[in-house]
Amino acid sequence: MFRWIIRRDLILAWRRRADVLSTLFFFVIVVSLFPLSISPDPRLLKSIAPGVVWVAALLASMLSLGRLFSNDYVDGTLEQILLTPQPLYLIVLGKVLAQWLVAEVPLVLMAPILGVQFGLSQNTLVVLTISLLLGTPVLSLIGSIGAALTLGLRGSGVLVALLVLPLYIPVLIFGALAVDASIAGSNPQAHLSLLGAVLALSLVFAPWATCAALRISVE
Amino acid sequence: MPNRKINWYKYAAPANFYPLAGKLIPWFGIPAALLFVAGLYIGFFVAPTDFQQGDAYRIIFIHVPAAWMGMFLYILMALYAGVGWAFNARLASMMATALSITGAMFTFLSLATGSLWGKPTWGTWWVWDARMTSTLILLFLYIGFISLQAAIDDPRRADRAGAVLALVGLINVPIIYFSVQWWNTLHQGATIRLLNKPTMAPPMLAAMLIMLAACWLYSIAIVLMRLRCIILEREHEAGRTLTLGAKTAQFSRMESI
Amino acid sequence: MSWSEFFHMGGYAFYVWGSYGIALVVIGGEVLALRQRRKGLQARLNNISESAESEQS
Repeated sequence: MFRWIIRRDLILAWRRRADVLSTLFFFVIVVSLFPLSISPDPRLLKSIAPGVVWVAALLASMLSLGRLFSNDYVDGTLEQILLTPQPLYLIVLGKVLAQWLVAEVPLVLMAPILGVQFGLSQNTLVVLTISLLLGTPVLSLIGSIGAALTLGLRGSGVLVALLVLPLYIPVLIFGALAVDASIAGSNPQAHLSLLGAVLALSLVFAPWATCAALRISVE
Repeated sequence: MPNRKINWYKYAAPANFYPLAGKLIPWFGIPAALLFVAGLYIGFFVAPTDFQQGDAYRIIFIHVPAAWMGMFLYILMALYAGVGWAFNARLASMMATALSITGAMFTFLSLATGSLWGKPTWGTWWVWDARMTSTLILLFLYIGFISLQAAIDDPRRADRAGAVLALVGLINVPIIYFSVQWWNTLHQGATIRLLNKPTMAPPMLAAMLIMLAACWLYSIAIVLMRLRCIILEREHEAGRTLTLGAKTAQFSRMESI
Repeated sequence: MSWSEFFHMGGYAFYVWGSYGIALVVIGGEVLALRQRRKGLQARLNNISESAESEQS
């Protein structure tokens, strides 16, 4: 069932490739706006790069959250899924994993290229990628709670942002600090471990909360 | 029939609580007003001027209680929401909704007064120090809860969705506080420590504790007032969709109380 | 200590009174807003119960 859900969501995403691409371009465009709005000074850019990339990743991940459950909700699939005897926890985990693969992994792959534009060194690019790899699943996991809670509500897109962005703050802090530390030449391991701890915690708790939220919203 | 029993319970609890809440409000509201007066009197006329901060420190008599209440009411709100969700107790869920606005109000008040205190003592209106930043995030969490509940029309779903969000927020609060602390100690540049904590003379401490008690009692009174409004609104909604008759008679009884 | 000295707050009048002013506005505003909400509700419910009674008679 777990694999089936992932495969199904991946196929569905493949049919809507444009959505995936637009999230990616959103990420690229947001990151590119910062040099234009602040300054092209390389030293300044280097110091803001971690924050810029991370904030852009946060915002981009908000965009794809709306699609996580809403299509299934509209066509009634979600109701059927809730009725199956399969553990909902695994189903939710599968959907979140599929969403991460589709929406977040392209961002993670794109981030080093954007990092080059900000003059980050090779080492820092590696840290940036690792921090995003550890952090973006948390974004998907926490975001899924928000997506499930706002299912079918008016103006749910803005609402999701209001609910979820404050909860993203620890990820943003640890992720950006790891890259910061690498730029400063110190060891980013402490931040990355904390990021990993947050990932482990949210892997255990977030799908559970999402299940509860789905049951509440669909009922 | 168990089903009927549950329904009766669900219907009766808030309606029974309504007159009780009405009787309780003055018992909390009047002492709150008296304590506010007493606390302000001690704070402004008895407590001496702090030798380092001058009279600016007198802001803490409102600032510290507001900050504590903002924090504490969030925990209380999440617990009430959780109880309401777990035991299907509508009154507890309504309590959480009633608490959210007062909690957000106190959190805002602590930010505003903190800023007004920061200007003379730190020299800036706003510092990204750990406490102010995490209070700001706490305000965001309140705003999320309030706007989620406002967006949902069905009160049952609003209660439960709010409970999930509040509990997730509650688990997150320590992580957020820790991460902000961590962030703050690493960016030493942004930290301005409060070098001269006012040495609390007994009347200062007394004034602060009395103001805290006043805020407490005020919160209870205002939350009960809001709870009464919510009960009326909800029963009214229920009355519109269900049959009229007895229910509307009950509303008029409730109003006269 | 004279009153003008008291209101002067050792030069911190704006900050101290500003803080308590905001507190007054926020707390007073909350109480007033709730009063208003309650009045509106009562008016609405009175309307409903009257119309219900007229339907019954």
